Amino acid sequence: MPEHDVLVIGAGLAGQRAALAAADAGASVGIISKVHPVRSHSNAAQGGINAALDPQDSWESHAFDTVKGSDYLGDQDAIEIMCREAPEELLTLEHLGVTFHRNEEGRLGKRAFGGASAARTYYVADITGQAILHVLYEQLMKYEGVSRYEEWFTTSLVQDDDGRIGGAITRNIRDGSMELFAAKAVILASGGNGQIYDPTTNALICTGDGIAMAYRIGAPLMDMEMIQYHPTTLAGLGLLITEGARGEGAHLYNAEGERFMEKYAPNKMELASRDVVSRAEQTEINEGRGYPDGTVALDITVVPRKRIHEALREIVNVGRDFAGVDITREPIHIKPGNHYVMGGVKTDIHGRTPIPGLYAAGEVACVSVHGGNRLGANSLLDTLVFGRRSGAHAAAAVKGLPVAEPSRAQLQDEERMIDDIVRRDGSGRRVSEIKAELGQTMDKYVAVFRDEAGLHNALEIVRRLKDEAENVAIDDKGSVFNQDVLGALELQFMIDNAECIVVSALERRESRGAQYRTDYPKRNDDEWLKHINVAPNGDEPDISYSEVTMTQWEPQERTY
Amino acid sequence: MADYTLKIRRYDPESGEPAYWADYQAELPPERSVLDAILQVKDREDASIGIRCSCRAAICGSCGVRINGRSALACNTPIGQASEQGRDGAVTIEPMGNMPVIKDLITDMEAVHWKKVRRVVPWLLPDEEAPEGQEYIVPAEAMLDVTQAMACIHCGACVSACLSMEVDPDFVGPAALAKAYRFVGDPRDGEHESRLRDLAEDEHGIYNCTHCFACVEVCPKDVAPMDQIMRLRRRATGDFEIKDANNGYGHEKAFMNIIEKWGTLHEAQLLPRSFGDGSLVKGQLRPSGAKQLTESLPTVVSGLKSGKVSPKKALVHPKLPDQKQVRRIVKEIESKDERLELNLYIVGELAGEDEVGAFAEEAGEP
Repeated sequence: MPEHDVLVIGAGLAGQRAALAAADAGASVGIISKVHPVRSHSNAAQGGINAALDPQDSWESHAFDTVKGSDYLGDQDAIEIMCREAPEELLTLEHLGVTFHRNEEGRLGKRAFGGASAARTYYVADITGQAILHVLYEQLMKYEGVSRYEEWFTTSLVQDDDGRIGGAITRNIRDGSMELFAAKAVILASGGNGQIYDPTTNALICTGDGIAMAYRIGAPLMDMEMIQYHPTTLAGLGLLITEGARGEGAHLYNAEGERFMEKYAPNKMELASRDVVSRAEQTEINEGRGYPDGTVALDITVVPRKRIHEALREIVNVGRDFAGVDITREPIHIKPGNHYVMGGVKTDIHGRTPIPGLYAAGEVACVSVHGGNRLGANSLLDTLVFGRRSGAHAAAAVKGLPVAEPSRAQLQDEERMIDDIVRRDGSGRRVSEIKAELGQTMDKYVAVFRDEAGLHNALEIVRRLKDEAENVAIDDKGSVFNQDVLGALELQFMIDNAECIVVSALERRESRGAQYRTDYPKRNDDEWLKHINVAPNGDEPDISYSEVTMTQWEPQERTY
Repeated sequence: MADYTLKIRRYDPESGEPAYWADYQAELPPERSVLDAILQVKDREDASIGIRCSCRAAICGSCGVRINGRSALACNTPIGQASEQGRDGAVTIEPMGNMPVIKDLITDMEAVHWKKVRRVVPWLLPDEEAPEGQEYIVPAEAMLDVTQAMACIHCGACVSACLSMEVDPDFVGPAALAKAYRFVGDPRDGEHESRLRDLAEDEHGIYNCTHCFACVEVCPKDVAPMDQIMRLRRRATGDFEIKDANNGYGHEKAFMNIIEKWGTLHEAQLLPRSFGDGSLVKGQLRPSGAKQLTESLPTVVSGLKSGKVSPKKALVHPKLPDQKQVRRIVKEIESKDERLELNLYIVGELAGEDEVGAFAEEAGEP
């Protein structure tokens, strides 16, 4: 049984940053990931990372933009911490070797991003997430105090009799063996859940595993109704076109050639916050001013070609390979698409969940710094700042604690559960069928615009799928790289996520941030300036509320 | 929509059976990817087909395979195009080469690729403390330049396609050497010389590449690993005069000297000069040179037999009619204080001529 002081589950930016911080603080660290760390979805963060590093800028300005972007649902104490610590975190990354873009003086150069009152997004071309992820992995290879478990799938979290976290049950994907990891603290850093939507910008691995595992042992989830639709995704495939394109000056047009953002955000235009731009696009499309394929046009040709090659190279490739469009010469058709979950496992500013010893950081967590809507280039920052804080806090908190001795009973249960899935006859529905129905349902009813009837429909379907998922058919009977059985486990994680999202979206009877209820089109601070929490009660989520922490910014009307 | 036949190389390590080919049908528009086709087969017919995949957008590097024998990412290879290139329209899909197969299309990248990456000491080694409260000040061009190597997604396509690695499995290889350039090209790193010395003195290192361009052709991210290897060599010889285990330094000098003298390659003198750091006399007088020349005798004999060299050709090699021009070019290049490394990655192949000119100007070209 592998034993560690701190066990990190997930090896994207949050997980790797947490592991490094915990190791720096002297803890023995294990980091588990169901894919090789450099395959993590942090790769996909193209545009950059926000930090008020410029002396002309201030963390207060960054924090206010974030609060406003969150539609006042973000917790201001956490936002203050994130924005204050951003410059130092950025410099740490630079010192570790991230190849950030430089200006003519050889200093860090920046670009503009949506919802921000100053240009404060630092970047590596449009592969910022990839560059940071790879540099952190360089460090991970260097650190001898960190054990890497690459291609291990976590199936559940383990608690001791007092409810304290004691480790996790995992499956070694390479040979199918099951293992119980003992740990004094566990940091969940397993990312988001975009795969419950179809289409989505998210990778196939983003199945909400950590959110579901925490929820199943009673850790409350918060702000789950807040699902971000990114304004610029390719129709059909859902692939992402970075907000950096608009940051560099690209325009949005409807099919009538009108630069429609003039009507919705006359000041910030294309660089209003994402919920605003996505709603504007969807309104144009719904009212018949989109293209026949249900899109509007993003015109990047206004950006000088050399600048495109230097700063937006990746989306030149995406346009060419996946849409057959040369973005340096012609506009590309885009639409709003599922991108990010603002909600997640509720944590405090140290990454602690209410379960003793269990932490969460990054997209799996909800601190909440993003509230109702995340600003572009704040997600990388969130993963790094709260990854580091979780790692450091967990390492300090477990000092002197005895080695965890989790019971092996749960391991045997999980082994049996997986054996049963593998041995099942082929009478159930296929994983792919259920997943497709789930994705279409969520994209239809729990998208940019929502209403009670649609959400009820969605809930009914999700609950039916939940039953069906318990008896899916499995083709692969082997042990080595049995991706089929892992797909069945992921499907159940996804459905738990979906149920919590729909229940929360039904509960919030107002419109705020990414939640736009056509039946309650106004923001209602008197009744709904509060977080919705869900925790399991028997087979269904139970709802409770928690306060939004205010420090210095009173809610105002939100215009861009 | 069109129908496609996929011929997938299947291998189940638990069955005790050898690998075999299996045919599957997929139906999708030609512009969709080979990965979409495989996933459709998994979804509809046989979910036990093993393939790593995640992002579907050529950024995570999981789905490296060989399609019709060519190493590529399944996710950014259109199925229609693959079918046109396949035999009788069928698309063959097999695991990458140069790495052991774990199951079906899944290879053991840890055993080969990642081991090689760790071989190049893949983390920044600054020679001084980081500046307090601020970033390192470095030229903008240097960061853009190493961004090409940073763009590597470790998909393994170049490792799979590498012909040198096929002959010498210990070759550090294209991806790991591109990773090495990411540090050697990074002004913040303080170990440029020792990194280069290490990789030049390793007989499986930078001089083990044979310029075959296979890695450049298959790289889905335009990292051009061979270009990075050549940069490592130019830095090793040009900046540090490092002499290497495979005599690459002498070979390069011999080439330059011959071209300067005759304008075309004088094959008979290439070998002896290579063993003398470019000099014919040194190459024959040096004990090591003599030994290597003796060892090269079979090559010489086969050259004579095939008519590639003849005693006459070996003694007399004509100069180009305007050899003066060649000498002038050599002189012009050698008079430069700094090498001009034109990075097409940043400029872009499609960029207009004026824009290329603008970049060259920035890089110091008059």
